[in-house]
Amino acid sequence: MINNKSSKTGNKPISLQVGDFPEQFNLPQRHQRGAFWKVIFQISMIVGIIALSALIFNIINESFGYIALVNEVDPESLTPHGIPLDEISKDDLILILQENVSSGLFRRLERDQPFEERSRENVLKLVIERVVNPEIVGTWPLSVSLFNKNNILYELEQNHPHAELIFQSWIDHEFFTSPQSSKPLYAGVRTAILGSLWTIAITILFAFPLGVGAAIYLEEYAGDTWINRLIQTNINNLAGVPSIIYGMLGLAIFVRALGPLTSGTLFGVTDPVTSNGRTILSAGLTLAILILPLIIINAQEAIRAIPNSLRQASYGLGATKWQTIWHHVLPNALPGILTGTILAISRAIGETAPLVVVGAATFITFDPEGPFSKFTTLPIQIYQWTARPQEEFRNIAAAAIIVLLIMLLTLNAIAVLLRNHFSRRIS
Amino acid sequence: MTMGRLQISETKVSTNNTGSSHYNAIEVKDLSVFYGEFRAVKNVDLKIKHNQITAIIGPSGCGKSTVLRSFNRMNELIPGAHVSGEVLFHGQNIYSPEVDPVQVRKRVGMVFQKPNPFPKSIYDNVAWGATINGFRGNMDELVEDSLRRAALWDEVSDKLHQSGLSLSGGQQQRLCIARTIAVKPDIILMDEPASALDPIATLKIEELMRELAEDYTIIIVTHNMQQAARVSDFTAFFTMDSDRAGILMEYGSTTQLFTAPSEKITEEYITGRFG
Repeated sequence: MINNKSSKTGNKPISLQVGDFPEQFNLPQRHQRGAFWKVIFQISMIVGIIALSALIFNIINESFGYIALVNEVDPESLTPHGIPLDEISKDDLILILQENVSSGLFRRLERDQPFEERSRENVLKLVIERVVNPEIVGTWPLSVSLFNKNNILYELEQNHPHAELIFQSWIDHEFFTSPQSSKPLYAGVRTAILGSLWTIAITILFAFPLGVGAAIYLEEYAGDTWINRLIQTNINNLAGVPSIIYGMLGLAIFVRALGPLTSGTLFGVTDPVTSNGRTILSAGLTLAILILPLIIINAQEAIRAIPNSLRQASYGLGATKWQTIWHHVLPNALPGILTGTILAISRAIGETAPLVVVGAATFITFDPEGPFSKFTTLPIQIYQWTARPQEEFRNIAAAAIIVLLIMLLTLNAIAVLLRNHFSRRIS
Repeated sequence: MTMGRLQISETKVSTNNTGSSHYNAIEVKDLSVFYGEFRAVKNVDLKIKHNQITAIIGPSGCGKSTVLRSFNRMNELIPGAHVSGEVLFHGQNIYSPEVDPVQVRKRVGMVFQKPNPFPKSIYDNVAWGATINGFRGNMDELVEDSLRRAALWDEVSDKLHQSGLSLSGGQQQRLCIARTIAVKPDIILMDEPASALDPIATLKIEELMRELAEDYTIIIVTHNMQQAARVSDFTAFFTMDSDRAGILMEYGSTTQLFTAPSEKITEEYITGRFG
């Protein structure tokens, strides 16, 4: 029939003509079209990679580089015969400190920790911080520091002939262990890291069981009624609500309405600085509500992916609904649930806006001690540092971003390991 | 061999209608199954003999599986499904309000079309059902005994702690049978147990069914008429009426139904003229 060309004239039966497939003769054009789309997809990937590389370059560029320091007091003038500070004994350092700071400050330092108990390094640090008091007069990013050192030296000669040029790695051991400080040279992220970890711990504690529980109910128990469909639609919508709105919610409920609970006065905690409910607990609960829809939706997907045949096999052996869920549905859905939780937690770690509203402290120098402490978190700290006019704070903000990224990657790695552990057990 | 067996069991049934060896394991009275508004199965009356193999055959969509699943209340897992009529199990209507479906399913086990072992070890696959039903005896013995009865022990005895999913399709299906036996049911329902298997694995399952029929009442749904003829003692032929509801057209001993069907439509079906 296909070859029946004579049928073009006369009564045409239903038959396939060669001309019915013009594309067959256009194979090069079809290949061309395919190649075009391939290039489009490649370009989108390359743009993504470029954007990511630019971000990482920018952060690293700011985190390292030369700084120029001018000392308020020349350290060599403090010691007899100009011996460097590094080489004199602890007692001499204490003496220098006593001579050069006010007696009130000296007594306060003694009260914080007696000098007998302090290490030599600690006293040296105090001398440099309180007496020598170096001041940053210029900073240069890594790219300039590496490739344009001559320019830096020239600039320095012109403006600050007495300045000392040192290569500063803003992210170092000190940065992790020091609390917040008004001087960028001594500022660190310890309080912020601890605040973030505390907040996230509370968030997981509340959001994970609640979210998985809700997902189990919606998938395994809830019938197909209009009210359940309404709930489902609302959960899907809540996942897209801007986070600052959750901040308002947290402020209204956890800080204001549940103030006695979240500030701990109900439990007998009477720390005056943690009043008003602006505590880790409030922040953790706010973030928990924020990520709850995400966890529910992801857990639902994971539970839905469990084949019905598995449930039937379980029921067929005389298992109850709960035994089926607990022994078969949940263990097999766990890798998927964990993946969703990882994503949700990653989002919570990076949230800033709701915590600003809930009342994260922007300047706090003591470690959080529990859920009823005042707190700050890494993103808040970064936000606060980038908002300052001094250029040096931008450097420590970049360093803090690196810390935040490391923290995110670590948490994600732990979660991925957990997930792999569970999925290996299953298959 | 099969024929000989069939005749023996037939005489047993006829001479021993009220006796102990072949009383009715399940008696279905005026059973209708609905999915929402749709009546999938209509007015079925059926008596399943104890320790015999009963095959349910019929064209696609005539409600064979629905009837089978109504014997252990598995239909209830489908939203909107409900039944009318009675299914008597040892004289007790399993649909009466005081009966717990979980208890029914423990007594009436089920093997599914697609092998569906749990993603656990072979040992745990067999042991799990017994554990949740409160088994207090020697678990190792129970597992070995169940696997032996399912003709799987020799193939898996040295890898009990490997995943049940590592077995071949036929082995997986026998593992599912072992898992069902371990709960010590009275009746085993099989929903096209060999349709996903190759001919050799199918043959093994059929042999196994003959062995199991010594101790269990087996009800099997099958698309394969040769299989029904080879393996079963009794056959129920279902078809659809004009409302597309499944009805029981003919029920009798397998030899009689396949050699001298009383309904014309049955003959047409078993000779392959439709379905």
